[in-house]
Amino acid sequence: MKIDFEHGQAAHCESGVTSNLLKKISNGKITEPLAFGIGAGLFYVYVPLIKINNGPAIAFRSMPGFIFNRTCKSLGIPVIQKKFSSKEKAEAALMESLEAGQPVGAQVGVYYLSYFPKEYRFHFNAHNLIVFGKEGDNYLISDPIMEHATTLTSYELERVRFAKGALAPKGQLYYPGNQKEITDDQIRSAIKSGIKKNAFNMISIPGPFAGVNGIRYTGNKIKRWRDKLGLKTAGLYLAQLVRMQEEIGTGGGGFRYIYAAFLQQANDYLPNPTLLQASEMFTQAGDMWRTAAVQAAGIYKGRIGSQEDFDVMGNYLLEIAEIEKKAFTLLKNIKW
Amino acid sequence: MKKENVPQDLSSLGKITKEVCYATDSDGKYVTQLSDGWDVKITALDVAWQEIDGRIAGAKQKVLNNEASPLLFFMELRLMDLSILADYTGFWKWQIKRHLKPDVFNKLSEKDLKKYAEAFNVKVDELKSMDVHED
Repeated sequence: MKIDFEHGQAAHCESGVTSNLLKKISNGKITEPLAFGIGAGLFYVYVPLIKINNGPAIAFRSMPGFIFNRTCKSLGIPVIQKKFSSKEKAEAALMESLEAGQPVGAQVGVYYLSYFPKEYRFHFNAHNLIVFGKEGDNYLISDPIMEHATTLTSYELERVRFAKGALAPKGQLYYPGNQKEITDDQIRSAIKSGIKKNAFNMISIPGPFAGVNGIRYTGNKIKRWRDKLGLKTAGLYLAQLVRMQEEIGTGGGGFRYIYAAFLQQANDYLPNPTLLQASEMFTQAGDMWRTAAVQAAGIYKGRIGSQEDFDVMGNYLLEIAEIEKKAFTLLKNIKW
Repeated sequence: MKKENVPQDLSSLGKITKEVCYATDSDGKYVTQLSDGWDVKITALDVAWQEIDGRIAGAKQKVLNNEASPLLFFMELRLMDLSILADYTGFWKWQIKRHLKPDVFNKLSEKDLKKYAEAFNVKVDELKSMDVHED
């Protein structure tokens, strides 16, 4: 059984899945950057006191599930979202949707995801893919990270749907609750709401750890890592930061380029010079994140490593925090 | 980032699929551009794996010295901490801590060993011998 569904590659798994699930009812208008921006996908958080893979817990994006939910809600589309207590029920629900002709988004863990290269398999449970049919024992899989559609056996799919650990997917499935066509007016109002929400998340969440405050906090912390952790561990921490920023699915520059692309596309629906100005600022921020990554690589490769090198690294983040703060302040103050 | 500056350093992922990047064309308009990978992040991943390989080797030595049961080796090999392993097996964390002692591990029932073997995706005799063959 195969549903009429077109696989599309994307930079980021969740905005890709969202865009692909909405492709038909939006006539392809909900591109990946639009899904990312309407879903208020841009974020930064330094989670204190927690270690991931023996390094700092840092994220450049919002919580898994957030983008799909937020995008649909902003567009006025009801969301069907289910988690399961048993593997049997989880598979039965999937089959039921497929038989009804509905491609289904699924949250999975990547550790046992067989088509991923071994080097990329960590216990990361916030990956997303679409199931769009079944042939024999093989489920047809559209993973937005991959150039082409692929397959998983029923055992392999069950295993990744029931991956364990932090943010365990519990078989989670999701899809849009109706198939009404999306109008340009809906898109315009969703863009405004997404920008507002994202500005709030980046500049108005209180406390030092989230949004631009979190970037500044990390910058100041990095300057102390060399003394506090020693050169080797400090290098490992920086490598972890770079991985979160540039690893599969960010589109480069810790999602900043996708966001800049979103603002350009937003300008097509709601022409406003401030959108283009902010877009350029996020391009600049993305470039600076990448410059910082090159500096970090110098340290974890052992090419450089003085306190001054750590200060340079930390200061990049302080500068980035300033740019992003200015950009979101501009966006927040747009009179629509 | 300009389209022509999107890095093309072949990574282990690049051999399987190229990655989508967002970059600007000559008019400053955002387009997508496929990338083979980027040296900076390839090294970041290498550094992480070198650290993990060191931990796996250390764990293996501890097991050979009879200071820990093979569970320690497999936990490092599969990047699992106590809570992930507890979730996969259904054991409590304190039980797993006990099973990390060689004496206790050697007395585990076949049924309990199977739970661990399944969580680590190996066979029971591989679990005991640490002799795993993978590609």
